[in-house]
Amino acid sequence: MKPAPFVHHAPRTVDETVAVLADVGHDGKVLAGGQSLVPLLNMRLASPGHLVDVNGVDGLDAVDVTDASVRVGALVRHAGLERDPAAFAALPLLRQALRNVAHPAIRNRGTTVGSIAHADPAGEMPAVLVLTDGVVEVVSSRSRREVAARDFFLGPLETTLAQDELVEAVRFARLAPGTRTAFLESARRHGDYAMAGVAVAVEVVDGEVRSARASFVSVTPVPTVLDLAPALGGAATGAPLRAAVADDLVALVRDHVEPEGDIHATAGYRRMLAAELTKRALGAALAEDAEGAA
Amino acid sequence: MSTRQFGEKVQRREDPRLLTGNGRYLDDLGHDALAAAFVRSPHAHARVVDVDIDDAWEVDGVEAIYTWEDLTGRVAEPLPVLIPHPALTHARTGYCLAKDEVNHVGEAVVMVVARDRYVAEDAAQRIRVTYEHLPVVVGIEKARAGGELVHADVPDNVSAHLLQEVGDLEAAMADAPNRLTLDLAIERSACTPMEGKGVYAKWDLDEGSLRLYSSTQTTTGVRAAVAAKLGMPLAKVECVAPDVGGGFGVKIMHPWPEEVLVPWAARNLGRDVKWTEDRREHFVSSAHERGQLQEVTVGFDDEGHLLALDVRFWHDNGAYTPYGIIVPIITATQLLGPYKPGAYRVEFWSLYTNTVLVTPYRGAGRPQGCFAMERAMDAIAAHLHLDRAEVRSRNFIQPDEMPYDHGLMFQDGRPLKYDSGDFPASLAKLKALVGWDDFAAYREEAERGGRRVGLGIGCYVEGTGVGPYEGGHVHVETSGRVNVATGLTTQGQGHQTVLAQVVADELGVRLEDVHVTTGDTRRMPYAVGTFASRGAVMSGNAVALAARVVRTKALRIAADALEVSPDDLEIDDGVISVRGAPGTSIALSTVAVLSNPLRYAFDQSAAAATQFAGTFDPDKPPVADDEEPGLEGRDFYSPTQATFANGMHAAVVETDPVTAEIRILRYCVVHDCGVMINPMIVEGQVHGGVAQGVGGALYERMAYDESGQLLNASFMDFLVPYASEVPHVETDHLETPSPLNPLGLKGAGEAGTIPVSAVIASALEDAEGFPIRSMPISPSELWALRAQHASSAAPPDHVPAQEGPR
Amino acid sequence: MSADATTGGGTHGEPTAEVLHRIRLRVNGVQRTAQAPARRLLSDFLRHDLRLTGTHVGCEHGVCGACTVLVDGQPMRSCLMFAVTAQAHEITTIEGIGNDPEAMSPVQQAFAECHGLQCGFCTPGFVTTITAYLDGNPDPTPEDAREAISGNLCRCTGYQNIVAAVSRAAEIRRERRSPGVDGAPVDDSRVGP
Repeated sequence: MKPAPFVHHAPRTVDETVAVLADVGHDGKVLAGGQSLVPLLNMRLASPGHLVDVNGVDGLDAVDVTDASVRVGALVRHAGLERDPAAFAALPLLRQALRNVAHPAIRNRGTTVGSIAHADPAGEMPAVLVLTDGVVEVVSSRSRREVAARDFFLGPLETTLAQDELVEAVRFARLAPGTRTAFLESARRHGDYAMAGVAVAVEVVDGEVRSARASFVSVTPVPTVLDLAPALGGAATGAPLRAAVADDLVALVRDHVEPEGDIHATAGYRRMLAAELTKRALGAALAEDAEGAA
Repeated sequence: MSTRQFGEKVQRREDPRLLTGNGRYLDDLGHDALAAAFVRSPHAHARVVDVDIDDAWEVDGVEAIYTWEDLTGRVAEPLPVLIPHPALTHARTGYCLAKDEVNHVGEAVVMVVARDRYVAEDAAQRIRVTYEHLPVVVGIEKARAGGELVHADVPDNVSAHLLQEVGDLEAAMADAPNRLTLDLAIERSACTPMEGKGVYAKWDLDEGSLRLYSSTQTTTGVRAAVAAKLGMPLAKVECVAPDVGGGFGVKIMHPWPEEVLVPWAARNLGRDVKWTEDRREHFVSSAHERGQLQEVTVGFDDEGHLLALDVRFWHDNGAYTPYGIIVPIITATQLLGPYKPGAYRVEFWSLYTNTVLVTPYRGAGRPQGCFAMERAMDAIAAHLHLDRAEVRSRNFIQPDEMPYDHGLMFQDGRPLKYDSGDFPASLAKLKALVGWDDFAAYREEAERGGRRVGLGIGCYVEGTGVGPYEGGHVHVETSGRVNVATGLTTQGQGHQTVLAQVVADELGVRLEDVHVTTGDTRRMPYAVGTFASRGAVMSGNAVALAARVVRTKALRIAADALEVSPDDLEIDDGVISVRGAPGTSIALSTVAVLSNPLRYAFDQSAAAATQFAGTFDPDKPPVADDEEPGLEGRDFYSPTQATFANGMHAAVVETDPVTAEIRILRYCVVHDCGVMINPMIVEGQVHGGVAQGVGGALYERMAYDESGQLLNASFMDFLVPYASEVPHVETDHLETPSPLNPLGLKGAGEAGTIPVSAVIASALEDAEGFPIRSMPISPSELWALRAQHASSAAPPDHVPAQEGPR
Repeated sequence: MSADATTGGGTHGEPTAEVLHRIRLRVNGVQRTAQAPARRLLSDFLRHDLRLTGTHVGCEHGVCGACTVLVDGQPMRSCLMFAVTAQAHEITTIEGIGNDPEAMSPVQQAFAECHGLQCGFCTPGFVTTITAYLDGNPDPTPEDAREAISGNLCRCTGYQNIVAAVSRAAEIRRERRSPGVDGAPVDDSRVGP
């Protein structure tokens, strides 16, 4: 399984990159981490004539934490973001999710931005991006633009990116103080694509739930945010969810997700799993000792 | 006194080399060889209408492109039927390159030879094959319905139909106070060794000879088959197995089309040619195994004694039958396990489907047979509200009933006659290991915590060490180095260590002086291969016998030299001395010198063997009439029948009450493979076997769609377990030596795999309270079964709650 | 990097030779150079262009881990990288961890002691992964050890002895760090890549 031939471009700056993309983007792919792209190339499921290798481009590997967001450059590897102490302090959900991305060797090379641009419905980081109302910073030789996460994903493996555009960075918005987060997914094997997964963010003030949202992995065609508040009515920290609340929550999630069946799990199973994981994630987030008070 | 090596956990001789990047696997060889790639059928069943290769020549670096029409002589004929059998009435094999028709996705149609693999794939991609679709037969149900045919001249898709019966089944079943019928299903899996197949042909232009390297489990088999296909004398063909990255059965199948085509192309081109299989190719053009549907009817009395056992099963043999019906034959015979079945009737149909070939995969039909029998045992226990271990034990063949003849023919064409084994003792050990009698209490506590757990059990018997034979050649060089050769092959079993342990003990030399070669027809041209857990039994005994020949000769020569009787001598650390008088001694290396009378002293030590050294009696010929020069011996071990190992496994599983996710909390193995040469290696084999068994029980399934596409032809979607999915295995051993061979050995290679699906099904049934009849099972499937059983009021074969251990 | 072009072109359908890049890569501490097209996977470059055949190829889609090498000390799948991209980094293969059967690294020695390999094909990927892991986690529990190796496939061993080898390797690293019984300092060059 060897890739088809391609012309290799190795720009050193973002300007060079977008200039090359303007030229060859119609028959080219950007190569950053390559952990999703190279298997496709090896299997000849994709054979672009050009590969724009951005691994040598300056200035794309920073993690910048501000009051508002955690900004992740295009060349930040999953592992780098996972380990970043400032990012963890600002937005623990990042590490909670990143732990579930494939295996360490894949995380050492794969990039978070790349994962988002790839837009696989089974990807963890797109779900985190939408849950935090994140922003995608896009650049081309024509323009610079910012796309809200909720507008970025069009369908499985499809985004609003034009062929000559590069995602330079993404910004995960920081959550309100007092927000607890959790991330749970269930896969057939350790590190596999999840059958279903969920990220939850619960804002707790004076021991009471003020807001709660969830986004999903593998059970929606694009990552979407579900407002859990209608089901939660008065849930509080430290106490397990009351049965009625749990039932409402399950119903809410079941209605929201649109899973598809495949050889690993039926749609019905995934629907059940998404709801159950949401329940459990919420429970984890509401526990007294929960990780993630932002 | 040298340490006895036999029975010791000796660290492997192979390891330092393999650990430091100094292995030599197939693709590590032949860097300058041309590379082959194949155009393989994307369709499961089609006529090949046209092959257009013109565009492929545009790729720079292409050397040759071949279709069936280019093939010559017997290479153009179908591949051989390796194991004919009277019941295999409709054997069909493929061509090296598809002639008129393709019968599975992945079948080779065109061969490209090019400068390197990248270029070869470029060229292959440009080749346009036109196909005419034919109806596709996938799945046993569709195959046996017979509405569509895989091969037009094979009615009902049946390659073979075999009925065996012992006792009067009809009468026994009719008389039985209780009867149950179970419908069972096992899905396809596959060996998937980490290294795929590979072939490297070195064609010697000067000598007109071929040295063929293949990642194979049988170098003698490949050599013979390739020589026959290429119309070459055996003397001009050698086959060598390099380091092999796992086999598990898929590499015993031979000759693969590539094993014929690569040397054929090498000869055509006068160049070395190499082919390394990639992972996708392995999924669609190697072999699978395990797929069967089974119908088991048991008649039993109120104490749970089997009175009648009636088994019908349908075996999916894929598109062709080059390996014959060995797998279903093994199912039919090994199904009996450690039990007395009463009257037994087993009938199977082996069916064609438009899918990849089916050839043995570790267990080779035994897992399916074990599944059938063990599910039946659990069903009997449930029906009678008896303990599942107790029911099994009531049906055991007892130690004093050995040898026990089942009255059937085994896969080696010889009687299915168990030679030894103590099943009650094995069961006692297993129950102690897993805490069988304490489980009810454990379950209660778990249930209080909202957890759902279950305990499962499975027993098996394994016929190992089948013939026809293996050989050993032992040669002591004048340096004292001992060369050992046996013709079977190695894929990780540690033969270089294990066989060295045997010879070191037999000869009385140091382990580090013994060097073992396996799988090289230049060193041992008579051999069968590595499969059916026969390596230690066959080659262990063969090299022991060969070493004894050498020992006898060495003692005789030494006795002459020391002027004592051979009976007074012993050998330790390579020195032969008089027992009780160590000062009177001669080195084995010196004996090696003396064994070969020389004209020319090639080094100082050799001087002792030359004509003026005064060593030889001038009135006798230097080499006596009934003698040969050199200190070497060759012998063969050929058994009258297989020797039967056995084992019993137990597992504790936990299922999530909501999500139905399955976790194995404990996995216990008791096994009896007779005497063990290296217990560490045996245990490693058990661990590996259990891991593959767990894969087959919970993760691995070949997912074919109706059109014959393999949906999960990669490691992304074919779920070989990682360490996180495999439990820690607790083992205990029993050693009932085999009475059938000099060393008392039985095979162990497949032991870990055989009962695992049965054990996990048993445990899940225990946890969930409803029958598990189909494996593998995923959380999604378990969840669906729960829903099914919850919705029906009283399922027909519901497993009722019982007191005490189930 | 310079591209020594052979012939130009490269559009599909024309008979062209591929552009060859002069690839300079630091492998196991040594600067190596070879010509290869851009699409040459790092795994193939190491094995065939540099003849370092210790790194093995099991799947070419990143799942099995047999091809794992260290890139600047971090384990990565060499089947998912191109040699031309890898030039910016220091690569360590199994040969760099220890190429001499008589002088094995702690991880290699632990594998031999614990019977952590059978066919040996997956082994280099485990050894590189575990070597890097112990650098960051020198004292793992058995559970930690099992998790650490749960990204590499092995079909032979059932993993149990590999888990044991991780713990044993941690022990050997400690043993080699502390002075020997006779007080002689230990050769630190054997510890880690």
